[in-house]
Amino acid sequence: MSTVTFREALIRAMGDALEEDERVFLFGEDVAAAGGSFKLTEGLLERFGPKRVRDTPISEQAIIGTAIGAAVMGLRPLAEIMFADFAAVCFDGIANEIPKYRYMTGGQVSMPLTIRMCNGAGGGFGAQHSQSVENWFLNVPGLKLVVPATPADAYGLLRSAIRDPDPVLFFEHKSLFNTKGELPDAPAPIPLGLAETVRHGEHVTVVATQMMRHHAMRAADELAVAGIEAEVIDPRTLVPLDYATIAASVDRTGRLVVVQECPNSGSWGATLVARLVGERLEHLDAPPALVGAPDTPIPYSGALEELWIPSVERIVEQVKRTVSY
Amino acid sequence: MPKENLTVANPPAATPEEQFDWLHTMLQIRYFEDECHRMFAQGLVRGSTHLCQGQEGVVVGACRAVGIDDKVLCTYRGHGAVIAKGAPLDRAFAEILGKANGLCAGKGGSMHLTDMAVGAVGSFAIVGGHLPIALGVAFEAQYNERQEVTLCFFGDGSTNIGAFHEALNMASVWKLPVIFICENNLYGEYSPLATTTPIERLAQRADSYGMPGVTIDGNDVEGVWRTVSDYAARARAGAGPVLVEALTYRQKGHSRSDPAKYRPTGELEAWLERDPIRLLETKLEHLGLERGHLDDLRATAEQEVMDALERARGWPDPNPERLEEDVYA
Ligand SMILES: Cc1ncc(C[n+]2csc(CCOP(=O)(O)OP(=O)(O)O)c2C)c(N)n1
Ligand SMILES: [Mg+2]
Repeated sequence: MSTVTFREALIRAMGDALEEDERVFLFGEDVAAAGGSFKLTEGLLERFGPKRVRDTPISEQAIIGTAIGAAVMGLRPLAEIMFADFAAVCFDGIANEIPKYRYMTGGQVSMPLTIRMCNGAGGGFGAQHSQSVENWFLNVPGLKLVVPATPADAYGLLRSAIRDPDPVLFFEHKSLFNTKGELPDAPAPIPLGLAETVRHGEHVTVVATQMMRHHAMRAADELAVAGIEAEVIDPRTLVPLDYATIAASVDRTGRLVVVQECPNSGSWGATLVARLVGERLEHLDAPPALVGAPDTPIPYSGALEELWIPSVERIVEQVKRTVSY
Repeated sequence: MPKENLTVANPPAATPEEQFDWLHTMLQIRYFEDECHRMFAQGLVRGSTHLCQGQEGVVVGACRAVGIDDKVLCTYRGHGAVIAKGAPLDRAFAEILGKANGLCAGKGGSMHLTDMAVGAVGSFAIVGGHLPIALGVAFEAQYNERQEVTLCFFGDGSTNIGAFHEALNMASVWKLPVIFICENNLYGEYSPLATTTPIERLAQRADSYGMPGVTIDGNDVEGVWRTVSDYAARARAGAGPVLVEALTYRQKGHSRSDPAKYRPTGELEAWLERDPIRLLETKLEHLGLERGHLDDLRATAEQEVMDALERARGWPDPNPERLEEDVYA
């Protein structure tokens, strides 16, 4: 066991995947010679050479297209889109080609590709470099969406993503890169679709991912002082979603609060709430609540961005309301 | 017809037998699409169909210049390319009819004919969407050090979409073995090229990507075959991609029942004179083939198509459980 940063865990996962499977190659803008604009691929060019670790032009459509074609032919492309916001400029590839290729060809091909991208607000990057865009892809069956919150999850989930025969969008939250956590000396891949119950509690179920999971944990500590025990669940992957774990928890607590770093409209949290209400209303003792961002672009000013991101205080307040309903 | 820039270092010769075989495939595609058109009018085919009639010379010439291990990507106007690459007629019909035995199990349709078994890697319905994908297909061969090439067909209109730029640029930087084949049929949907594109010779666009660009007569099958053979050899040797602009004409409307009223008078008639099948038949006659022999070939091709259709129509619809299959592995 050793303590590593989120960044180090990612680099190690990519290195181990490149080591393990000759079919894996890593490519994107400035990922090779420069080691990544967030230094997330540092040292990999030196270890694996220019055939397998490659810089591309600033051409997101070409990057995604290359991943698609190579995956169809049996390679395991590991592509980087620098900021998740830029998924919009290659949306055709991600929404129209990747998730439909297997289906439209009647199962003639597999799509074992992974696209890593940085998401997340909090760094003052403004409206076009801060979004958590997972929801854009929620309505597109055929994709898998991975949202790790800790170095160990980043490692284990990335290993699984790269091995997966289906396309995976892997989101790396910018505010987490320097956070630290434990990683075993021989870490194992973590299966996609398994939530982690990060904290056990009997009064309310709080579901959150990435940075919001950490906010939720701080809120849970504060709530404990007030005698409220929150069960915090990190789904870790939004597709596939470990609905069973969340539902079982809600059955026990009767109360649900979802915390998400995005507007609530059209969100994964709203979809989760709709399903739980539809299927187990009788288990609920309070209306499920969403703690999300307002329906606005992400502001630049620190004073405003802080208001935009769901805060520990807002989570505490909402949980108290939900528990006392 | 202009035949600019057609420089071929070492033109290989095609035998009359080979050309007879090309004609056979072109006729199969022509009759295949006659039936598609008819079935569409009868309401037997859903959605839309985009016929490549008049453009058979490009796809047959190009696909015959490469082998079974080489790959082809094409557009929604792709029946011809997929058949030319070797997909069976009956399963192609079955796909268009939405049958269980269709090439894509009835889940793709006319615009998405795919047959991985013959290297027909996909037909794509988002204009330009497949050009970047061709890079990955070619990259895999390069990565695994197989000397295969990827043919990527697209229309003149597709040279105005961003993906074209990104794909040609990166293919050139990575020296990928892609033969980009622009089927310039003078129209993008209902818009004549001149109203959407500031240059006439689309092959010129290759200059800015540092790759060769050639304009050829797409209705001259042998010319297409020779050009693609030549540049395929070059690509296999590691010299990278090329942009081939093949001048041709679609004899039918853009899709479905488009009557193509936007055509200037006489344009279609002039191009029918240069129908690639007629041109090849005339050439083969000059080479000594008897007219009767050619007539027999027409009858054979037509019969093959009708037999394939008969089989396809007898096949069942997909089972309901297929609906939810193939979303994930
Ligand atoms: C991105 C996109 N925009 C528009 C369309 C609608 N559309 C389908 S075919 C077509 C014309 C394409 O023209 P061209 O590339 O010349 O090919 P052709 O149909 O002539 O073979 C258009 C505009 C589309 N399918 N995809
Ligand atoms: Mg056109």
